[in-house]
Amino acid sequence: MSDQETTTKLLPKDEAAAKGLVNVHIDGNWIQVPKGTRMIEACKIAEKEVPHYCYHPKLTSPGNCRMCLVQMGMPPRPAPGADPVFGDDGFQEIGWMPRPVIACANTVAENMGIRTTGDLVEKTREGVMEFLLINHPLDCPICDQAGECSLQEFSVEHGRGQSRFVEDKVKKPKNVDIGPRVNLDDERCIMCSRCIRFMDEVAEDAVLGFSERGTHTTVTCHPDRKLDSNYGMNTIDLCPVGALTSKDFRFQMRVWFLKETKSIDVNCGTGCNTLIWTRGSQIYRVTPRRNDEVNSEWMPDSHRLAFHEVQGDNRLTDPMIKVDDKHEITDWHTANTAVADALKQFEPSEIAIIASARQTNEELFLTHTLASTLGAENIATVERIGEADGKLISADRNPNTNGAKLILGETTKKLDSIKAGLNDGSVKALIVLSEDIFEAAGFSHDDLANAELVVSSHIIANATAKVSDIVLPGASFAEKRGSMVNVLGRLQRLNQALQPAGNAREDWEIIRDLILALTGEPNDLYMIEEVVKVIAENIPAFEGMTFSKIGEQGIKLIETGVEIPLLTKERERASAGIIVG
Amino acid sequence: MEAIILIIVMLAKIIGITFVITLPLIAYSVYAERRFAAVIQDRVGPNRTGIPLTLFGFKKDISFFGLLQPLADGLKFILKEDFVPSHVNKFFFWLAPVLTMVPALVTLSVIPFGSYLFREALVIADVSVGPLLIFAVASLSVYGITLAGWASNNKYSFFGGVRSCAQMISYEIALGLSVIPVLMHFGDLNLMNIVEEQAKNGWLILPLWGEGLSLERMLLWIPMIISFFIFTISIFAETNRMPFDLPECETELVGGYHTEYSSMKFALFFLGEYAAMIVGSALIVTLFLGGWSVGFGLDAWVFETCGNWAGLIHLGAFLVKLIAFILFFILIRWTVPRFRYDQLMKLGWVVFFEAALINILFTAVIMARVNDHLVGFPFWAALTGVIIFSALMFYIAKSLERMLASDSEKAADSAN
Amino acid sequence: MAKVTKLSRPTLTKSDEIYLIGIFKGTLVTLKHAYQSVFGKSRGADGLKSSGLGITMQYPEEKWDDELPEYYRGAPALVTDEQDRERCVSCQLCEFICPPKAIKIIPGEIPEGDTWAKVEKRPQEFEIDMIRCIYCGLCEEVCPEQAIYLRKDYSITGTSRAEMVHNKEKLYEIGGKRVGLVNKWNELK
Repeated sequence: MSDQETTTKLLPKDEAAAKGLVNVHIDGNWIQVPKGTRMIEACKIAEKEVPHYCYHPKLTSPGNCRMCLVQMGMPPRPAPGADPVFGDDGFQEIGWMPRPVIACANTVAENMGIRTTGDLVEKTREGVMEFLLINHPLDCPICDQAGECSLQEFSVEHGRGQSRFVEDKVKKPKNVDIGPRVNLDDERCIMCSRCIRFMDEVAEDAVLGFSERGTHTTVTCHPDRKLDSNYGMNTIDLCPVGALTSKDFRFQMRVWFLKETKSIDVNCGTGCNTLIWTRGSQIYRVTPRRNDEVNSEWMPDSHRLAFHEVQGDNRLTDPMIKVDDKHEITDWHTANTAVADALKQFEPSEIAIIASARQTNEELFLTHTLASTLGAENIATVERIGEADGKLISADRNPNTNGAKLILGETTKKLDSIKAGLNDGSVKALIVLSEDIFEAAGFSHDDLANAELVVSSHIIANATAKVSDIVLPGASFAEKRGSMVNVLGRLQRLNQALQPAGNAREDWEIIRDLILALTGEPNDLYMIEEVVKVIAENIPAFEGMTFSKIGEQGIKLIETGVEIPLLTKERERASAGIIVG
Repeated sequence: MEAIILIIVMLAKIIGITFVITLPLIAYSVYAERRFAAVIQDRVGPNRTGIPLTLFGFKKDISFFGLLQPLADGLKFILKEDFVPSHVNKFFFWLAPVLTMVPALVTLSVIPFGSYLFREALVIADVSVGPLLIFAVASLSVYGITLAGWASNNKYSFFGGVRSCAQMISYEIALGLSVIPVLMHFGDLNLMNIVEEQAKNGWLILPLWGEGLSLERMLLWIPMIISFFIFTISIFAETNRMPFDLPECETELVGGYHTEYSSMKFALFFLGEYAAMIVGSALIVTLFLGGWSVGFGLDAWVFETCGNWAGLIHLGAFLVKLIAFILFFILIRWTVPRFRYDQLMKLGWVVFFEAALINILFTAVIMARVNDHLVGFPFWAALTGVIIFSALMFYIAKSLERMLASDSEKAADSAN
Repeated sequence: MAKVTKLSRPTLTKSDEIYLIGIFKGTLVTLKHAYQSVFGKSRGADGLKSSGLGITMQYPEEKWDDELPEYYRGAPALVTDEQDRERCVSCQLCEFICPPKAIKIIPGEIPEGDTWAKVEKRPQEFEIDMIRCIYCGLCEEVCPEQAIYLRKDYSITGTSRAEMVHNKEKLYEIGGKRVGLVNKWNELK
């Protein structure tokens, strides 16, 4: 029996079926993909690009743009009673269909053939492009999407280059105000319905829909509704053309001038992965970056626009020392020496440090080192609790609460004892790092009446900076490198998109230099990578970690048991086969 | 009292000849060079610098064909930053430009610029070793260039210095030998006397009056012409003028020996070159073209009619010849391309050296024969000796040439 | 296959080898050329509007302006059309293509109520740094709106760096009005 089995040649289809795969013939090559994969995804696996507009893996597939048409073929059905004929390679011959099919909504089958090139496919794409461009206004010079527009890209790759359309184009509303943050240009719309599906399926606020018929079809808001969801701006990223554009980014800068820096959002514990788009010394926009473990492909509008806070005129740009109630600009060496000299006047117990869970792990670790250098035991962090929105925004509005816990320990409770110490005079010197103690920690000016020395480091000239004796200007989230641990316990990386404003420095460098000024001993920390190395040696949870190991997508550091609701729903829909995911 | 008058007269001569005549002449020969270069290249050249009346609110400047350009150039040179690179040998770097300029000006002291103005010869030092002094002092200027190249501590400058050293020493031989027949003829080393002799008996290469029409002068005309050619061409080489300007050849050596120089130090090199050119021209004019003499037997008449002022007429005649020669220098510069270095050396050592030597013997034989010191067999023997000597020289020249050619072939082979 | 011709050096006669005759002939040629140059008879002097000395034109007094060809590339400038509309919509393609990065545009939105509000976008500020500009004409080439043209102005001078930066006002002043262009924004909309 065993002899017989070895002599019988196992067909490829059986081999694949044993692994839950099917064999697909894509542009001349046989590959194996999981059963139930959509044709477009199979082509992606085979590294063949299929142009598409309406298809999006995180949304349902209505198949209405017709751009992803490919030629499909199946083995001919054998005559009744006849057995299927297998060739030498173990595959049946494919009978190609004379008409194309859409790749986004069809799933693959055993022995299926897909052609993404060839006369038929190319002619079809050319035809679809021509139809899509019939009523297109061709106002690329003023369109913010230009440069990242699929219509531009595909018309170059697959279009015919010239219009045969001599009739008048259909005029539709332009520059329509459909929400506080989003602008609509109906003439540019190609009716892919991505935005409609997103608002319905992901944002769960179905305000968008089609009205009118035929060439007059337009995307509109439901009567008396506006696109004012906190996830509305994701439709701008989704829109493959320039129909939906950002009001904030409107006519600010052409995208081809912008430099993309992969980073993360620091406005809540989720830490959505982002791209920071900069030119020169300015951030122009922040967009979400795909990370299926954190934020899928989305990001709340409020966090997306938060970058404006760090671009104001109130940025601190130079270290300052208060002389006669007036802050005077000085240089870093003088400022650091002044801080060190002033701190040396106090007993360790008289010094308190207010750190922040908005600091990166590296800054927190150096803060810890600073505290032990001083001998100070009063370290507190400020807690920020907001409301979770059931999608991406976490209740914890500090981006690095878990990091602070890992490095400093439980510190939120110590805030009250510091406040008490300040009032009874046992705490005389206060070091505030990346926090505004008045707004966030609820301190009052009376609390500080007895304080003899306040040193603060922040990016913005806030109330704390005003009362500080020495002010050290730090770097915003876009101006520094570092790592943070989000609510899921995932270690993620911030990257530097800009140079710090003026003479400001990255915060970890500020704290390092303070330690250096206090001890006078070089500590060999020249790059952030070296700080991470020291953290890995000292904090158990970080063992073996290096800065580059974190990668663009982050790395799971600890188990917290927290789930992000939006991702949970997405996974349910993916397992139900509604979306690809 | 007499001493004081003597000093005043000397000072007047020095100031007059150096600062009133020569230095402006240097400045304007630069101007002439630039204008002529422009003309050759279908350009206009410096034609703007004049009195800048527009600065004072007038509508138009007065340009004078740009005749104030040398002033502007001088002002610019003085005002430019005098940059001394850190890697140079400071002492020699400062000394070099001076060593180029000063010898050229010192040699002016023995050149007679005119005859007599109120019985005072228009020559600073009426010494009886004129040409010797000129050769002695002028040969110092090679130090200037060589030191400049060496002190600059820069390989291009150094190459320039070395080239110029070799070139000037080589051509000094030809220069010295070619002038010997002339001195043999005059039998005097006082340049004033030489000029007076020429005024009376015809210029050396234009013996058309006085004793110039004698058989001796007719016969001597040939060696004198040869001397004239060798001397003139050697002066070109001595002054580093085109076609012999290899020490500062831009295509190969950036700027040659003065690459590292700027401002007034550079200007001294620049002016030194032109000063040397003027001295060279003056010497050629003095030795071969009758110096200040008006010529054609008219000098006696000039002395008679102008009396004490004859010096001025002669000064004018001298300057006319001098300027004509400077223009000739410029014309040659814009006509003949630069020599290759081996060609330059061949010309000096293989052609001029031998030719000058033969020329001396030839002159001697002619002079001896015509003055009846050498008659009959001794004459024929001497003539035969000269011919054999010439053949020997010719043979040596040929073999030298062959040697050089095979050397350069070898060099080319090894380079390949 | 390219044809290779081996050139041999000309064989010199004895008179050539002496050089002196050659040099004499050479000086004659130089002098003849100098004569022609001085009297304005140089070759091409007429066609180049010579001032009478060589083939040179005396610049500030005499100018070549009338002879400039239609395609002359002088200072880049912005133009308006028949309806006095700023043609530039600040698409920033010129800023992108500009090899020396001489162009700086701050885009702006056309406010509601403006005659040309439907165009939506125009430059708020448009600066060309004429110290940087290399007059390559790529901005004109790339412009999708026929808004920027290289004019015949070549004498762009100033006494400070700031003066050499042409702002929007200056650019429209140089550019002026240009007619006969494609008016795609003027169709009914």
